[in-house]
Amino acid sequence: MGMTMTQKILASHAGLEEVVAGQLIMADVDMVLGNDITTPVAIKEFRKLGVGNVFDKSKVSIVPDHFCPNKDIKSAEQVKFIREFAREMEIENFFEVGQMGIEHALLPEKGLVTAGNVVIGADSHTCTYGALGAFSTGVGSTDMACGMATGKAWFKVPEAMKFELVGKPGRWVSGKDVILHIIGMIGVDGALYKSMEFTGEGLANLSMDDRFAMANMAIEAGGKNGIFDVDEKTLAYINEHSTKEFKVFKADPDAEYSETYIIELDKIKPTVSFPHLPDNTRAEGEFGDVTIDQVVIGSCTNGRIEDMRMAAEILKGRKVHSNVRCIIFPATQKIWKQAMNEGLFDIFIEAGAAISTPTCGPCLGGHMGILAKGERAVATTNRNFVGRMGHPESEVYLSGPYVAAASAVTGKISSPAELQEV
Amino acid sequence: MIAKGKAIKYGDNVDTDVIIPARYLNSSDPSELAAHCMEDIDADFVNKVEKGDIIVAAKNFGCGSSREHAPIAIKASGVSCVIAKTFARIFYRNAINIGLPILECPELFEETEEGDRLEVDFDTGTINNITRKKVFKTQPFPPFMQEIIANDGLVGYIKKTT
Repeated sequence: MGMTMTQKILASHAGLEEVVAGQLIMADVDMVLGNDITTPVAIKEFRKLGVGNVFDKSKVSIVPDHFCPNKDIKSAEQVKFIREFAREMEIENFFEVGQMGIEHALLPEKGLVTAGNVVIGADSHTCTYGALGAFSTGVGSTDMACGMATGKAWFKVPEAMKFELVGKPGRWVSGKDVILHIIGMIGVDGALYKSMEFTGEGLANLSMDDRFAMANMAIEAGGKNGIFDVDEKTLAYINEHSTKEFKVFKADPDAEYSETYIIELDKIKPTVSFPHLPDNTRAEGEFGDVTIDQVVIGSCTNGRIEDMRMAAEILKGRKVHSNVRCIIFPATQKIWKQAMNEGLFDIFIEAGAAISTPTCGPCLGGHMGILAKGERAVATTNRNFVGRMGHPESEVYLSGPYVAAASAVTGKISSPAELQEV
Repeated sequence: MIAKGKAIKYGDNVDTDVIIPARYLNSSDPSELAAHCMEDIDADFVNKVEKGDIIVAAKNFGCGSSREHAPIAIKASGVSCVIAKTFARIFYRNAINIGLPILECPELFEETEEGDRLEVDFDTGTINNITRKKVFKTQPFPPFMQEIIANDGLVGYIKKTT
């Protein structure tokens, strides 16, 4: 029987000719990832295993990005704890503030993950690397600990859902709008335990940054992973960023899918997820009159250079509304420098937006933009759960960079089409 | 192994941000996490939960972040078991890996009210709602996961098998 992309990658890493959905396997992993929240717990579990060293010091990445630069004493203690572990284990990919970026923007940029890899990360958005044609999935700290010790992880081989993309996205539509549209369609548990496999001729009309944003949010549909066919754009990205050996896996023509959806990209409108679940989506024209207090542009979903450019395209020559704090978070140092060199920071500052060093910060209600009771934010982040960005009675509306920047200008949730010419 | 306690009920899509809000993740101490468990959807949880209690939920319990602090907080607050219609997959893995028993039982939710006395037999996968005198059967874990549970989680399993 034919296998999907995900199944082929898992079979190759489990030393098996073939795997079928539902099969439990033990697979070799190419990268084990953790951050400053999940790694401390993993280290404690790792110590219980009684092994002296990590399985491969080049295949562990530790990125203190959530509460960093350290937001308080307890966070500083957590980072100190993982820093000492990274030094003791001589972990090659420990990224200190100054080199640090948001993990899921940083690892592809540094070339540490590539096509055909199996990656586990103690962070749910580890599924981002599916954009590169890798199998990557979020796990917990105990899985991270055992992965660091053994270089292996257990998996139940997932069934797959196929998303066949056709056409070309419209003027103000990016990958974020496409994935929000899909989550709205199938629900926050629509892909539970399954892989979401993206294919089709429409793929050619989505940039790598679009694809990273889409794979990133597979978890918000409950998916085990999201994965994209490897094409010329993927290969160009890999060749530019990585020297690691890679392998391209293609689904068999007779691979089985539990569902197949045709996604017409040209029919998707700018989309916003209203509180308090990512599947509570509304398209342009249905936003109503929702005034806002804050806009956050950044995160592992939308903190890449194209996201910065989209925000700048809207903010150029305009002003952030006087009732709104607009905070922009380029996801890595490289993106930061590039945005600065392209003159985007001039646009942001002249518009009245603030620019932060890379951090996950406000996305999970950590720091750098916490909401008070009753406040509302439009954010290019990935979750709008109760209390996600601060007070349990605050609200988060998820969007792509165009809508977020347009909303910063008008002071209410807005599509760029509503803005006056400047 | 038998778990016994009163039911504490929640609905669909209980996410890990409400199980343990991120503002408390600057600690990984189980008792500190337990002190804030469920705070954002049920501020009374920490007062009403007693050792052995069983959380009964609807679909997609534990969706969202991969924080293992979520099952740790639930376990440390004295909950003996979580039974839901379905679980989000990372939460499912984490619960197994840290030794918090969880069961999928689509029927239980509609047939159970908050405060009902429940008894769960993990060896047979049987759930007994003592208050309503109703018995439910669930799928036992596959042998691979039974071994992980028998070794008190993934760390114990790895130690034994390598």
